[in-house]
Amino acid sequence: MTRKNLGSGDGSGPTPLRRRGRHLALLTGLALVLAACGGDQSALDPAGRFAQRPHDLILWVFGIAAIVFVLVQGLILYTSFRYRRREGDDSMPEQVHGNTKLEIVWTLIPAMILAAIAVPTVQMIFEQMDEPDEEFLTVEVIGHRWWFEYYYPDYDIYTANEMAIPVGVPVRLEMTSTDLARSPDLGVIHSFWIPRLAGKQDLVPGHTTYLNLEADAPGRYIGQCAEYCGLSHVNMRARVEAMEVGDFEAWVAAQTTPAAVPADGTLEARGRELFGDLGARQACASCHQVWEDGGLRGPAQGPDLTHLMSREEFAGAIHDMTPENLRAWLADPNSMKPMQYEVNGIGMPNLNLTDEELDALTAYLLSLD
Amino acid sequence: MATMTTDGAGPKLRPTKSTGFLSWVATTDHKRIGILYFWTVLVFFFIGGVESSLIRAQLAQAELSLITPEIYNQMFTMHGITMVFLVVMPFAAAFFNYLLPLMIGARDVAFPRLNAFSYWFYLFGGIFLYSSFFLGGAPNGSWVGYAPLSTNAVSNMAFYAVGLQILGVSSLASAVNFIVTIVNMRAPGMTFMRMPMFVWMTLTTSFLLLFAVPIIAVALFMLQFDAVFDAQFFQPATGGDPILYQHLFWLFGHPEVYIMILPAMGIVSEVMPTFSRKPLFGYAAMAFAGAAIGFIGFGVWAHHMFTSAIGPVPRAAFAVATMFIAVPTGIKIFNWVFTMWGGRIRFTTAMLFSVGFVSMFTIGGLSGVTHAIVPHNAQQHDTYWVVAHFHYVLFGGALFGLISGVYYWFPKVTGRLMDEKLGKIHFWSWLVGFNLTFGPMHMSGLLGQPRRTAVLPGELGTTVETYNLLSSSGVIVLAVSASIFLYNLIRSIRRGEVSGDDPWDARTLEWMTATPPKHHNFDVIPTITSRDEFWHRKYAESDQGIPVAVPVGASDDHDDHAGDGEHIHMPDPSLWPALHTLGVLPLGYGLVYANWLLIGIGAVWMVAGMFGWIIEPLAEGDDDEPALVGSATH
Repeated sequence: MTRKNLGSGDGSGPTPLRRRGRHLALLTGLALVLAACGGDQSALDPAGRFAQRPHDLILWVFGIAAIVFVLVQGLILYTSFRYRRREGDDSMPEQVHGNTKLEIVWTLIPAMILAAIAVPTVQMIFEQMDEPDEEFLTVEVIGHRWWFEYYYPDYDIYTANEMAIPVGVPVRLEMTSTDLARSPDLGVIHSFWIPRLAGKQDLVPGHTTYLNLEADAPGRYIGQCAEYCGLSHVNMRARVEAMEVGDFEAWVAAQTTPAAVPADGTLEARGRELFGDLGARQACASCHQVWEDGGLRGPAQGPDLTHLMSREEFAGAIHDMTPENLRAWLADPNSMKPMQYEVNGIGMPNLNLTDEELDALTAYLLSLD
Repeated sequence: MATMTTDGAGPKLRPTKSTGFLSWVATTDHKRIGILYFWTVLVFFFIGGVESSLIRAQLAQAELSLITPEIYNQMFTMHGITMVFLVVMPFAAAFFNYLLPLMIGARDVAFPRLNAFSYWFYLFGGIFLYSSFFLGGAPNGSWVGYAPLSTNAVSNMAFYAVGLQILGVSSLASAVNFIVTIVNMRAPGMTFMRMPMFVWMTLTTSFLLLFAVPIIAVALFMLQFDAVFDAQFFQPATGGDPILYQHLFWLFGHPEVYIMILPAMGIVSEVMPTFSRKPLFGYAAMAFAGAAIGFIGFGVWAHHMFTSAIGPVPRAAFAVATMFIAVPTGIKIFNWVFTMWGGRIRFTTAMLFSVGFVSMFTIGGLSGVTHAIVPHNAQQHDTYWVVAHFHYVLFGGALFGLISGVYYWFPKVTGRLMDEKLGKIHFWSWLVGFNLTFGPMHMSGLLGQPRRTAVLPGELGTTVETYNLLSSSGVIVLAVSASIFLYNLIRSIRRGEVSGDDPWDARTLEWMTATPPKHHNFDVIPTITSRDEFWHRKYAESDQGIPVAVPVGASDDHDDHAGDGEHIHMPDPSLWPALHTLGVLPLGYGLVYANWLLIGIGAVWMVAGMFGWIIEPLAEGDDDEPALVGSATH
């Protein structure tokens, strides 16, 4: 595993993006048309080199395909009209059985076109998968049903759903799926996909897979799990929050600070108490971690909540982080995201919390900033 | 009812009537089995259509929840399984069954009872899969059934593993049957290079089945053992590997794509020459392109796994192989167009569907090439771009071709023509509905919509939402169009215009005999002297290569009905294939529920059925009397 520290004073700023601007007018036009209808999750609106280069390649292929499309469909239509049987025409056409020259032509020409496409494709396969040459940030991605966990080995940071990255620095994701040793989720295949930053790559239990991505500009890039993973597959979203290097360093500093312990006697303190002990019911702390000063840090079964409020969304990034949503979630998680706690132990159980407990726990969660 | 007779030879039950319910259960006539396939396929087709309608209703608007995620996941899983294994594959089998012996001048397939066995395995496999709806829910792990998700009990995928296994037995038995029939039972003079193209494609498809189905059989056994008996083939925690399942599945799954498309290509290769009044252009190139597709089809499976845990070298190798499978496909497309070129094209409904096939399949082929661009495949994979692609291949391709075949051979089967006016309404609404449904999916996929999501996420944006609404509205057009087809079908069976023996001025052998064909197909087996034998019996060629009709009287273009068929031995009906295969139901449920009693009942039942099958004489009467054999064979 390559770990390279970031912002270590060597002045690694944003890498200038080398876009290939040598398209034919046709392809540029095509690109404009396609980009014009791009949404936030569009693969047609790349925002980083690992998405841009495949995009440039596919525009060529789309262009060639468009020409072939017009020629073949035109030929079909022309033949259909030109040689349709006219009313009352009972004459017989010449019985042509074939033409060897034509057969050779339409074998060789497509083969040559495909060979021309194959060369850059194969080159790019290796480029896309290799470790970036420059300094890069490593983030480990672990797929759970149904949320993404991120671990920053360089900084010992655990977080979920939203991945913070610095702008202009390549990020190499080391990805796998959870396993039975860690949670009742025995580990199934997921796929991490942020279309504007990179193509998707599966997370396979028992394997480590890699994906490079990079963002050119600060912003929030959205995506979601792209490999069907059961009941709540659609509710497994992924976010990348790209920030300037300085902002990223501030983020790292905040995340590496232990959670504040609320003052005694407050509602938040009551919430913290419940977090660790719900009596006969399963305590929050049995699955979720809030790292406090002097405590140990490690992977937990559920999302790490140490700096919950630094994230904008929760529950697989399908709900906004509002007090109302958090309270509703604690009251009945399954109504806000279908899970399989009853049958499989996967997801969050309904803990039958009282109003008083809900208020206290919500207040505590809101204090985890 | 059946006439039960017993004699020293053991138990016998053989219906003697040639009409009525039992005669269908016991039939060994390839034509009747083909008809059974057809109607069963039609039922499953409409069920699969209902499932897709629910899917499209749910996705008509963002964040809609008409059905629960649980039901949605069952719907898309069953839609896929149904359309692949219960519709397109057996639809092709319906054509193989009905036409193959007629096209090669044979009286039946090589193993008529095995043929019935294939049908019953198919029917019971389909019923078995659908019974899961009443037994705790249908499978919900998607039609690819990736482990380890599908080994989890809540996915109900044990029904998938066992159900597909049953259907696989059916496919294997048919494949063997058709291969043996084609190799051994062609009429005198019908060399391989004189076979109709449809027969070539049947042969290629059958070999693909023969080699591909055992691979998924292994995968399904492993999956079932993981799911039901806690085996660990695909569990990484205990040393198993989920990627193994993907390799096995797609090593079957990609040839499967060609198993679905080659029969339709065969049909189009028969329809186009007939309605262009020209022979198939580049016959040899067509036959070998089909075979080449079959071979290369076994070497491209990992392009379904470009985003899986495989390294850059296999990604590159499979990318190149995938690109080059487009070459033989292109050869076929150009040959079809040049079959029409210079012809006198009659645009009957059958011809329209064939031209539609070539046009739509080209689109699917072009989007297929983009999958080989591995770096960008990572964007397309598991999005609606892929959904669009394979529907252009399997719906715009396979289904258009198969429906073309229905219009083309309907008069052969029924003696009546399907209504052309309704047929044309069907075609144009089908074409519009199809493109309206699946065309926009290209865009919604590129704009980031993943497949298999139980709701359409609102954050994908209003453009994606609009495309989805278009897709959903297309389904309404398709539903109306399919109803027109069904109405036309049923109406034409009763009241269609009487067709005569050769309504299309066709070229191949099946049109030479009576319509509908007699049980024994041909009174006298024709001797074949050329490709398009029937055509050459009707037309001689002028000096300029222009066919001129052979004068009446000199023509040998009809089976002269010389015999009355009395002395032609045809296989007798038998109830044993149906009885024997019925045992697969208790066996299957036993395997799903790990219930040893049911497994035992099923196993004993099937073995007993096998004995009944073996002990029963092939035919009643004289054929069993050795003393008479000598006089019967002179």
